[in-house]
Parts: sequence; structure tokens; C-alpha cells
Amino acid sequence: MIPDGVEDEDKWLAAGIAGLQQNAFYMHRALDSNNLRDALKYSAQMLSELRTSRLSPHKYYELYMRAFDELRKLEMFFKEETRRGCSIIDLYELVQHAGNILPRLYLLCTVGSVYIKSKEAPAKDILKDLVEMCRGIQHPVRGLFLRSYLSQVSRDKLPDIGSEYEGDADTVMDAVEFVLQNFTEMNKLWVRMHHQGPAREKERREKERGELRDLVGKNLHVLSQIEGVDLDMYRETVLPRVLEQVVNCKDELAQYYLMDCVIQVFPDEYHLQTLEILLGACPQLQASVDIKTVLSRLMERLSNYAASSIEVLPEFLQVEAFAKLNNAIGKVIEAQVDMPIAGAVTLYSSLLTFTLNVHPDRLDYVNQILGACVKKLSGKGKLDDSRATKQIVSLLSAPLEKYNDIETALKLSNYPRVMEHLDNGTNKVMAGVIIQSIMKNRTSISTSDKVEALFELITGLIKDSDENVHDEVDEEDFNEEQNSVSRLIQMLYNDDPEEMLKIICTVRKHILTGGPKRLPFTVPPLIFNALKLVRRLQGQEENAGGEEVAPTPKKIFQILNQTIEALSSVPVPELALRLYLQCAEAANDCDLEPVAYEFFTQAYILYEEEVSDSRAQVTAIHLIIGTLQRMHVFGVENRDTLTHKATGYSAKLLKKPDQCRAVYACSHLFWVDDSDSIKDGERVLLCLKRALRIANAAQQMANATRGSSGSVSLFIEILNKYLYFFEKGNSEISVSSVEGLIELIKTEMQSDNTTLDPAADAFFASTLRYIQFQKQKGGTVGEKYEPIKV
Amino acid sequence: MVLVLAIGDLHIPHRAPDLPPKFKSMLVPGKIQHIICTGNLCIKEVHDYLKSLCPSLHITRGEYDEDARYPETKTLTIGQFKLGLCHGHQVVPWGDLDSLAMLQRQLDVDILVSGHTHQFKAYKHEGGVVINPGSATGAYSSITYDVNPSFVLMDIDGLRVVVYVYELIDGEVKVDKIDFKKTATTATH
Repeated sequence: MIPDGVEDEDKWLAAGIAGLQQNAFYMHRALDSNNLRDALKYSAQMLSELRTSRLSPHKYYELYMRAFDELRKLEMFFKEETRRGCSIIDLYELVQHAGNILPRLYLLCTVGSVYIKSKEAPAKDILKDLVEMCRGIQHPVRGLFLRSYLSQVSRDKLPDIGSEYEGDADTVMDAVEFVLQNFTEMNKLWVRMHHQGPAREKERREKERGELRDLVGKNLHVLSQIEGVDLDMYRETVLPRVLEQVVNCKDELAQYYLMDCVIQVFPDEYHLQTLEILLGACPQLQASVDIKTVLSRLMERLSNYAASSIEVLPEFLQVEAFAKLNNAIGKVIEAQVDMPIAGAVTLYSSLLTFTLNVHPDRLDYVNQILGACVKKLSGKGKLDDSRATKQIVSLLSAPLEKYNDIETALKLSNYPRVMEHLDNGTNKVMAGVIIQSIMKNRTSISTSDKVEALFELITGLIKDSDENVHDEVDEEDFNEEQNSVSRLIQMLYNDDPEEMLKIICTVRKHILTGGPKRLPFTVPPLIFNALKLVRRLQGQEENAGGEEVAPTPKKIFQILNQTIEALSSVPVPELALRLYLQCAEAANDCDLEPVAYEFFTQAYILYEEEVSDSRAQVTAIHLIIGTLQRMHVFGVENRDTLTHKATGYSAKLLKKPDQCRAVYACSHLFWVDDSDSIKDGERVLLCLKRALRIANAAQQMANATRGSSGSVSLFIEILNKYLYFFEKGNSEISVSSVEGLIELIKTEMQSDNTTLDPAADAFFASTLRYIQFQKQKGGTVGEKYEPIKV
Repeated sequence: MVLVLAIGDLHIPHRAPDLPPKFKSMLVPGKIQHIICTGNLCIKEVHDYLKSLCPSLHITRGEYDEDARYPETKTLTIGQFKLGLCHGHQVVPWGDLDSLAMLQRQLDVDILVSGHTHQFKAYKHEGGVVINPGSATGAYSSITYDVNPSFVLMDIDGLRVVVYVYELIDGEVKVDKIDFKKTATTATH
């Protein structure tokens, strides 16, 4: 049926166009020969094609446009006629002889246009006559197009102020009255369409009506263009009359469209000054009208207006725009019980944007809006409606973007309460947005209260939610999330040590609830924050004595110890070991021997009991040796115990080369350059000799298993260590022992069994070159090296 | 002329939230031919960031790096220079130039780049140059107090390398320039 219908329509349109063109042809001939009589006859016949009821508005428009073009030519002709002496008044009378009403009215409007231009009668009288006469057409489509034609030909001939058609005192009113009347009539025709024809075609008809809306809206546009419509007239006449029509027509489509139209076509300052009238119409509209979109658009416009210039802001305050909008929104939400959550949140979101632009200093307004939103959401739990969720995210993001400063959001008590209604995933995303905002603006969060509020806000990232514990989380996403928390912890800072300690304790309290998955991410930044604080307090301890609350390094070390201990639940012994060593060094710098010893002990226990991977052991032992080498706080006894253990661990590494390297590194534990008390040449030599034995054993092992000895690199490394201590003045290292080692390496390298190793060759060559260089240096160093024969 | 960025010890996010914005705006893709990073990035995001600056990225492992695949040491040849890379926590005593010189002999390189101490150093000795680019984030260090963020750009041109040190001091970027020439006594094979 429908394709048929479309086909038929095309046929009818084609027939209409053909008829129109044919009559237009004759009309042109008559125009060329100045035959007024024939011109009127054929133009009337041509316009008769517009009498059809068979075309949809879309096709009818096509036909109308062709007629419109032809009427322009006719109008030119009428103008010529009057110049040739034909009376315009006679013409006006003459066209009324056309037989059919529709052609007659089109002709009348055309002549009317020329009539006004001739100024032989006041514009207002002609316009009044025309707009009244048009009542003759009550068919909606035909009537709408006819009136649209009238509007089109008259828009530049209104008796507006400053126009050449300006009339007496009430001239603007006359212009407004004409347009309003045309608008009212058009709207009535448009609304009537809704009620005409069979019910089954209602949907199609509404669609067709949608296509016609701009014809009606055009009038509002014309109204907004009238120069003489000032704020008073807009408030007293234009707006009330338009709204009256909008409200009274009781048509959903018309109300929604026209409200929006009013908001879009009239200037911002008019809206601002007539907010009460405009908002007052809202509750009177049909319940099905999408009022939230209308209001959102209004607030959007006003927001942009406010953002456009700081000078307009006082206007907003003067008319109490916020209170009026807030009130109107409240009423709408209350009245429309069935409004979906997303709709209500959209309204709040628009109001919030408005508030942020107009009243950036009124945090109480912002909080009030969030509070209203919480009220609407209460009892709804977590939302699973994606549209509402999206709106809430934009609602919550707006203050962050506006203030570039999370501290402001932290003051909004209703903020976290709105956030609670987001599903877990979105909640995390929102928490991420908050963190990003902090990072981007480099906001430093400076009090423990704010930290508390912040961690409440991002609680979705800090711990597992009660529900959905078994949520499958992508590992990479999880890592990224937790790393962002870790970065955040770096942003928490206060110059005052006491407050800083409070911050640390607050963070600690929160992150310890995070469970084993999160601790490896969150503990290290906290530890380093605390270590930074320790360094600030270092050396100030005496002054702080006495007061209970004053933070001391000792107190912080206790917290550090307990915090690292929490990692044992994960477990991540390698990380914990590194952190213990960091703390040990910090304790060393604070001259706290027992504390440093305790941290070392913890590190050793982890090494012995937990670090089992051989590669991890190698790294760990180097960190232990490296740290221990730097410790100056230990007395002889403690130092002995720790170095003894360290050398013991070194000798027990799995691979011989690793053993060898760790053992020669231990030599540095007995010889510290800047410490006179730690210069035990004998034990240095013992370490090096032990390293040599291990290197030998490594060679033999290689021989036994592979039939060729391994690289001589270890020997060259040990030779370099010999040279190191030789140069430092360790008397235990003799010239002959260095020479002996060089010989040994040469022999090894020339042995048939030795695998070729260019790297070792280069190493050895550069070591010999180094000896040579030191010899040439002269001075004490040169003297020292002089006896060594290479 | 080849531009090499030497950078390390960022310790993100354990000790610093991010690179200083001033550094970030200076480090743009397309200018640098190689990045050598001494380690302690510590996370993949930082690795990806460096990779976005320059695809030729060479990293050795710091003790806090989550990626266990980074090697302990690495050597590479750029122009006429042989470069060695090592984080430095393996070299005891930490930051000790004589001990680093030994590593340099072992790796047989003209320029040794190492980190760990968070303190910028460029030291020329008979065997070549030892460079420590410091910590790019000015991260806390148990070894160095009051760390300023720093990194190093090396402009390698023939037998000459110009080392530019960028240091952030009180919010201002200070640039220092150190010139090195490879002499005949410096050995390459």
C-alpha cells in the first residue's frame, strides 16, 4: 500500500507541476504582452494547482516553491503596471474577482505587497485586511502555506520603528499584532492537523506535522527581528501572547517545539528578565512534553550568556536567576513523577553548569543541587541505567573542571553521596577522573581532613567493594588504577611535620584496608613519604623533646616498620627487603643504632626465609652489601654480626661467579674510605683471597663439565679489586700479589683449554693500560705503581 | 650528529608522581635518536612514555623495576663511541668513581652511564667518561640529600661528545655544557 501511495503521490505531484508550468507559460506570454486580464486568468489557474489535498506536506512544498517563484514575476509585473498608471487600489479590487478562494488570496497577498510598497494606504491596514482574509482557508496544509506566503512577502514591510512603513504612535504594536495574529492562526491550523484524518495514520501525520513546524516557528523569528520590540513590549505583550497560545493549544508537539523556539530566537537578556513568566508556563504544559530538554536548553543558553562576559553577571543576581530556576526544576520533577532518573539528573546537571558559570563562588548552591540529586536518587541503590550514569558523571565532573581544584569538591558534603549511586566500574572511572584532575593541576592536598575526604571519594579504588568481590578485573587496568593511587599519595603534603604525620597516618589507615593485591602499589609511596618526613625532622629531635604529639623520627620508624610488615600478607619479600634497607639507612642518618639494626634484622630474615629465587638473591645481596657499606651508626659488635652474615650469604649463592662477585664486593665492608675506624686490610685480603678460590673452583667446574675452562673475567675483576685496595693504601696488598695475579691471568689466557673470550681480552688489556697510566701519572700514585712489573 | 638522551631513577610512582612539567614540555618526540635509561622507571607507563619519545630505547634494570627483562648491563655503539649502561646498585661502594671505572674497563666502553645515586656527575678520566644523569624526577634518595631533577643530553659528533645537563633548580631549568673529546689513548677495538 505504502509504496503505491508514494508512487501515486509522485504522479500527482508531476501532474500538478505540469499544470502549473503550462499555466505559467501562458501567464508569461500575457505578461510579455502586458495583457493584465490574461495574466490574472492564467495566474489564477496556475495557483489552482495548490488546491490539491492529495500531496503530503513535503511534496506540497515542492509545488508551492514553484508557484512562489512564478508569483515573484507577477509581483514585478504588478509593480510595472502601477508605474504605467494603473491604480493599485483598482488592482487590489480586480484580483478579488478570481473564482476560487485560494488563488484569489495568493493574488491578493501579492498585490498587497505592492500596495504596501506604494504607500497609498498605511501598511497596518493592508496587513490587517490580508491576515483577516486568510481566515478563508481552513484546510491545515493549504492554510499554513498560504499564511507562510503572507509572512514571507510581508516580513520586510512591517510598520516597524525606523522602517519606511512606520506608521503612527502604535506602529510597533501594529506590526507585532499582525505577526502574532498570523502566528496564532498558523498554530491553530498546525494543531488541527493532529485531529484530522483516520486514527491509524496518526503516526505518519505527526511526522508530517514535524516537517511543517518551521513554517509556524518562522513567525517567532520574525517577531524577534522587529526592531521596536523592546524588553517592555516583549514582557508585556509578545511573550505572554505567545505563551498563551502555546499553553492553550494543549498539543505536545507544538508545545515542545514552540517553547524551544522561544528560547532559541529571543535574546538572552530578555529571557533573564522574564524568567518568571517563561518558567511559569512550564508546569502548565502537557505532562508528556519533554520539559527537561526545554529547561536544559534554557539553562545552557543562560550559562553561555553568563560565560560570555563578566559584565552581565550582576543581572543574574538581580533577578535571582538561580532561585527561580531551582524552584522551577523542583516543581517539574515533582510534577512529572514518571520522569526517568536520567531526565532528572540532566536537569540538575544543567542547573549545576549554570550555577558554576553564574555563581562560581556559591559552593552552597552547588552542594544544594547535589543534595537535591541525592534526594531523588535515595533508595535507588547503585544505578544500572547507563544514561543516568553518564549524566551523573557529567554532573560530578563539572565542578572539577570548573574549579581545577579538587579541594573545592572535597568541601561538597553531598559529592560522595551522589558518587555512591554509581556502579562499581563507573565509580572507579570517576575516582580516576578525580585523581587525574589533581595530577593535572598539581593540586597538593595539605590536611589530613582533606585526605580523609579524598580517600572517601576514591574508596572504589582503595578497597574492594562489599558486593562483586569476584569481579573479573583486567590486570593491566588494575595496575594502572593502583599506580594512579600511588601517584596521588605523592601529592599529599604539608610543610608542618605534625600535620604531615597525620596525613601519613590517615593514608596508612585507608590503604591497609586494600588487601594483598593493592598493598605492593600503595605501601612504597607511603613509605617514601614518611622517609621524606624523617629527613625533614633529622637533627631537629632535641628541640622537639617533651611534647607528646610532636612527631619524631623514632615514632615514624615505628609506623614504617608496621607498614612494611603488612606486606608479608601479600607476600612480596623482595620489595619489603628493599624498603627495610631504605629505612635502615634513614635510621643510620638519624643516629638511631637500635632502629637501624632492627631494620637490618628484618631484611636478613626476609632474605633467609623468603627470597628463594637465585637471581633475586643476587640482587638482594648486592643491596644488602651496598647499604651496609654505607652504615656508620653501628658499633663494632653489631657491625661484625651484620658483615659476618652478609659474607656468609654471599658465599652461599647458587652460581660460582655470583658467589665470587658478592664475596669480593664484601671486601668493601672492611674498608671504608671516609671512616678511619673501618680499615681492616687483613679482612679485605681474606675476602679477595676467598673470591680467588671461588674463581678457581668455577674454572675447575667448567673444565669438568665442559672440557674447557670458563672465562678468565672473574680473575681480571679480582685483579682490579686488588689494584683498588692497593691504590687506597691497604698494606696487605703487596706488589708481588698483584704481579702474581697478572701472571696467573696470562697463563690462563694462553692455556689451550681456555675458551676464546674477546671481552675478557679487552678487559685485561684495558686493566694493564690502566696500570701503565697510573705509573706515568707520577706523584704518590706513580711511585706506588712503579714497582709493578707487567 | 646524534642526540642521545640519558635519563634514569624516575621512581614513578613510588617516590614521585610524574616528571616535572618543564621537563615534559622539553622532551618531545622526533628530536632524540636514542634513549639510554639507567633504570628504576619503575612502571610500564613510564616505559611507554619513553618509548613514545624515541623508539630506540635502551634500559638496564634498577632494583625497583617491575619489568624483570631489563638486563643488568648493556653496551651499544653510537657513531664512534662505545657506550655502557648499568644502573649501579651492583657496584659497591655506590657511586664510587674508582669502582665505576673498573666496570668501565670491564665493559670496555668510552662512556659509562650509570645512576642510583640521584646525583648528576660527569667525570672524565684516562679511560673515558663516567656520567650519572641524576634522577629525572628529583626522587628521594638515601644517598643524596636535596635532589634536583636532572637529565642529560649527549650530542655525539665524530670524535666529540658534548654533554648537556638539564637541572631543575627552584623551578628554573639550568643548562650546563661539558665537552669531551675522544683521544688517541682511549682505546677501541
